[in-house]
Amino acid sequence: MTQKLIIIGAGMATGRALEQLLKAGGDYDVTLFNAEPRGNYDRIMLSPVLSGDKTYEEIVIHTADWYEENGVTCRFGEKITSIDRAAKTVTADNGDVLSYDKLLFGTGSNPFIIPLPGHDLEGVIAYRDLEDTERMMGLGPDNKCVVIGGGLLGLEAAAGMAARGVDVTVIHIMGHLMERQLDEAAGYLLRKALVDKGITVKCSANSKEILGENGKVKALLLDDGTELPCDLLVMAVGIRPNVQLAQDAGLAVGKGIHVDDQMRTSDDDVLAVGECVEHDGAIFGLVAPLYDQAKVVAKTLMGEDAQFVQKELSTKLKVTGCDLFSAGDFAEGEDREDIVFRDPARGVYRRLVLQGNHVIGAVMYGDTADSNWFFGLIRDKTDIADMRDTLIFGPAYQGGAPSDPLSAVAALPRDAEICGCNGICKGEIEDAIAAGADDLAAIKATTKASASCGTCTGLVEQVLAVTLGDDFVIPAAASVCGCTDMTHEDVRRMIKSQKLTSMQAVFQECGWKTSCGCHVCRPALNFYLLADWPLEYQDDPQSRFINERKHANIQKDGTFSVVPRMWGGITTPSELRAIADAADKYMVPTVKVTGGQRIDLLGVKGEDLPAIWKDLNDAGMVSGYAYSKGLRTVKTCVGTDHCRFGTQDSTGLGIKLEKTLHGAWTPHKLKLGVSGCPRNCAESTCKDIGVICVDSGYQISIGGAAGMDVKETELLLQVPTEEDAIFVIKAVTQLYRENAKYLDRIYKWMAKVGLDWITEQIEDLENRADLVDRFEISQTVYRHDPWAEHVKKADTYQPLANLALEAAE
Amino acid sequence: MSDWIDIAALDAVPARGARLVKTAHGCVAIFRNAMDEVFALDNACPHKNGPLAEGIVHGNAVTCPLHNWVISLETGMVQGPDEGQVTTYPARVEDGRIKLDVAFLKQRAVA
Ligand SMILES: Cc1cc2nc3c(=O)[nH]c(=O)nc-3n(C[C@H](O)[C@H](O)[C@H](O)COP(=O)(O)OP(=O)(O)OC[C@H]3O[C@@H](n4cnc5c(N)ncnc54)[C@H](O)[C@@H]3O)c2cc1C
Ligand code: HEM
Ligand code: SF4
Ligand code: SF4
Ligand code: FES
Repeated sequence: MTQKLIIIGAGMATGRALEQLLKAGGDYDVTLFNAEPRGNYDRIMLSPVLSGDKTYEEIVIHTADWYEENGVTCRFGEKITSIDRAAKTVTADNGDVLSYDKLLFGTGSNPFIIPLPGHDLEGVIAYRDLEDTERMMGLGPDNKCVVIGGGLLGLEAAAGMAARGVDVTVIHIMGHLMERQLDEAAGYLLRKALVDKGITVKCSANSKEILGENGKVKALLLDDGTELPCDLLVMAVGIRPNVQLAQDAGLAVGKGIHVDDQMRTSDDDVLAVGECVEHDGAIFGLVAPLYDQAKVVAKTLMGEDAQFVQKELSTKLKVTGCDLFSAGDFAEGEDREDIVFRDPARGVYRRLVLQGNHVIGAVMYGDTADSNWFFGLIRDKTDIADMRDTLIFGPAYQGGAPSDPLSAVAALPRDAEICGCNGICKGEIEDAIAAGADDLAAIKATTKASASCGTCTGLVEQVLAVTLGDDFVIPAAASVCGCTDMTHEDVRRMIKSQKLTSMQAVFQECGWKTSCGCHVCRPALNFYLLADWPLEYQDDPQSRFINERKHANIQKDGTFSVVPRMWGGITTPSELRAIADAADKYMVPTVKVTGGQRIDLLGVKGEDLPAIWKDLNDAGMVSGYAYSKGLRTVKTCVGTDHCRFGTQDSTGLGIKLEKTLHGAWTPHKLKLGVSGCPRNCAESTCKDIGVICVDSGYQISIGGAAGMDVKETELLLQVPTEEDAIFVIKAVTQLYRENAKYLDRIYKWMAKVGLDWITEQIEDLENRADLVDRFEISQTVYRHDPWAEHVKKADTYQPLANLALEAAE
Repeated sequence: MSDWIDIAALDAVPARGARLVKTAHGCVAIFRNAMDEVFALDNACPHKNGPLAEGIVHGNAVTCPLHNWVISLETGMVQGPDEGQVTTYPARVEDGRIKLDVAFLKQRAVA
């Protein structure tokens, strides 16, 4: 006997179920309800419709003719509003009551709308159906749109609109895009590709409020006060299974409608498929598993046995020019290994996550041709022991293709600046080579590249090698560490010329061989990035050595020492009292006067650090950065104030210098001295930067040291006023920050680039002013007291948990 | 049999960082790598007891802050030319919370 089947929702899942049921010859009289005023279409192809690559007609799956031929009664644009399971009837929104033998739910999901103030304004939409798509298609080059959500849907929406010339900004709350599918490295590449399409991407951004005018959206306001004007605001922040109707009908519902392996709900005559279901704790947001469910539900309706089994899923983003793929699991779990391959020349990144002899996760960007092969390895749990060494290169390379250390340089565009001093681009060097220059000396002579400070020598040699091939052999130079083949100088030039503003950018563009660097390269990169991109890059404490991370020097017995700044070596009775009080209160065993004219409290317990810092802060003192690769102290003599030989106010200048330089990070430690006359009581001539005051002004000399090497400073310049002296010192500090290799003190850097070059740079008044400008920009971020900040997160200095009291029976 | 006890939220430990858990028998360092996996190891370097929690975490290894020995977070083995091993304990993340196996406490009690 023909049974009555009512289907709620004409989506992709029920559409496939219907096809399967008809193919199997199911004896059902089918009535299909759909709230959307149309039948089943390929929802995942809405993005190509949005970008204009397809029309709606091309993505229809079931036409009116198809429904008619198959005898399906269609009630499109009609909603089921309630279900009476006892009577086995459903009620439609026009009041019709229909009876069923079997009922199939396919209600899909609802986009989640963040309840920000203003979320109900006109012009705030989700991205789910044709109506939403049409709203977006109504925008053009004169419009602005903000998309909240940097996941699959949000990015497809953004790219689709950008293709129509709309000015699009994507706001994403996490640190990198598509964080559920991609790791940071692939997220970086994706961001870069989207930015190239003209899309503005803001990560780690928190939306605060949607601003409107006359009931219509006008702008999005972020937590940090930024206002982003927009004509349309698209929220693509996730979906929630649409379970209301099922819940009202008394079916078992969790995150979704509970179904068993046969896709039956808690009522045997009611079945469910698609995004509305929850199976074995999981909910679904991609089509592949839904189609498996559809097959199973058709069998169940046929009275045949079938089981739905969850499988590994993979994701691809449908944005032209962004080839990415991710599958499996690359979060959580022990005993895992990573294999990373990067080819900066082609913008390729691949990472495999192995557990034992199995691939359990894969992320690919740029070249996804082999993605199916890798996906197969994951799905089939293939034992890869035999091909482990060459696995990452894909199926075609089972012989092994070594990564090319020169590919990063080969990838540079012709207008990439290689020599910063003389403004020489890669193209000019290539042209010189074409004109016959075939070694470094010839390049120097013809283009001036690497003829000044010389830090770009490595890159120039690589351009020679890339252009001349085997005819040029690069002299061996030490690379930063085992993670890369590039030298410090090369990496630094890349950071500047290619505007690399994040660690991920450096890893990718310079072809790092590890996924997140090591203890040798990370501190160096952290310094280069913050020195070259102070506003764009955010300091990463996890890439600093412990002394700098905690602003304290750890000692053998686990205690720390605390050194407050005494500007220019000057203190006051009240500061001294506060120091004495702190020493008493925290039972500091040793109070010592340092060689840097200040007081060291040695032997403070780790847990007490935030408290003692707070006490000293409250008395007006700040961290002395006593263990930093940054400004340490400015040692002074008493100068004109008290000394009968003094020519200038050396103490005053010292205080001013310490105040203006304080907080600045430098390649290595930076110590200054200011003496009031050539008797040099402040020992200025063995400091990194020393000032000797004379009647006619200030002699500034650099490159001194008094450590394992003892060096006397060499005269840089003499200037007439105190103001000039401060200006020159800031400029030379910035020059040092921008050019020296990490861990080179000024004297080492000077030995490489030469005092003449440094003097030339500083004597050029325009250049001097630019250096000072850049220094000041950086100081707007870094001239602050780390103690005050660490006091705010005092709890992180305590143990995470104390299990000492817990019984261990 | 494993019996997992709740320690803290995953977010309490910075990515590529570590925090300490105090036990009656000294401190255990809980490390978190860039992929949000966690590892528990004795907070003492086999070389000269350097505080590993203060080191730089890279990949699934930590570099001791005192003399740069590199220690695997998974096995506790010292990498490269140096030799030694740090005791490791079962740790995992569940629903954004860090869990340790209580068996580890017992292990420490007898150690
Ligand atoms: C823009 C976009 C791009 C996507 N891209 C991909 C992709 O690349 N790959 C991938 O695998 N997946 C993708 N997806 C997800 C995929 O489209 C969905 O997983 C799939 O369409 C869900 O199918 P469904 O049948 O469960 O629900 P739907 O297709 O949402 O169908 C549910 C239908 O039920 C109707 N309905 C709800 N309640 C009632 C009621 N009470 N009465 C009557 N009708 C009702 C709704 O109107 C709706 O038409 C994308 C989704 C979107 C929006
Ligand atoms: C790795 C090598 C070094 C280590 C581990 C080290 C360690 C220390 C320590 C623990 C202190 C605090 C001691 C105190 O306050 O009296 C200190 C301060 C000091 N060190 Fe070093 N030091 C090193 C290299 C140097 C070198 C090469 C010099 C000289 C150029 C130097 C000069 C000073 C001075 C002048 C102070 C007092 C600084 C201040 O007041 O901030 N140190 N150092
Ligand atoms: S350096 Fe000159 S001015 Fe300064 S204290 Fe010594 S003698 Fe006096
Ligand atoms: S001179 Fe040597 S012992 Fe003295 S503080 Fe400096 S590093 Fe330590
Ligand atoms: S104590 Fe760890 S390396 Fe020396």
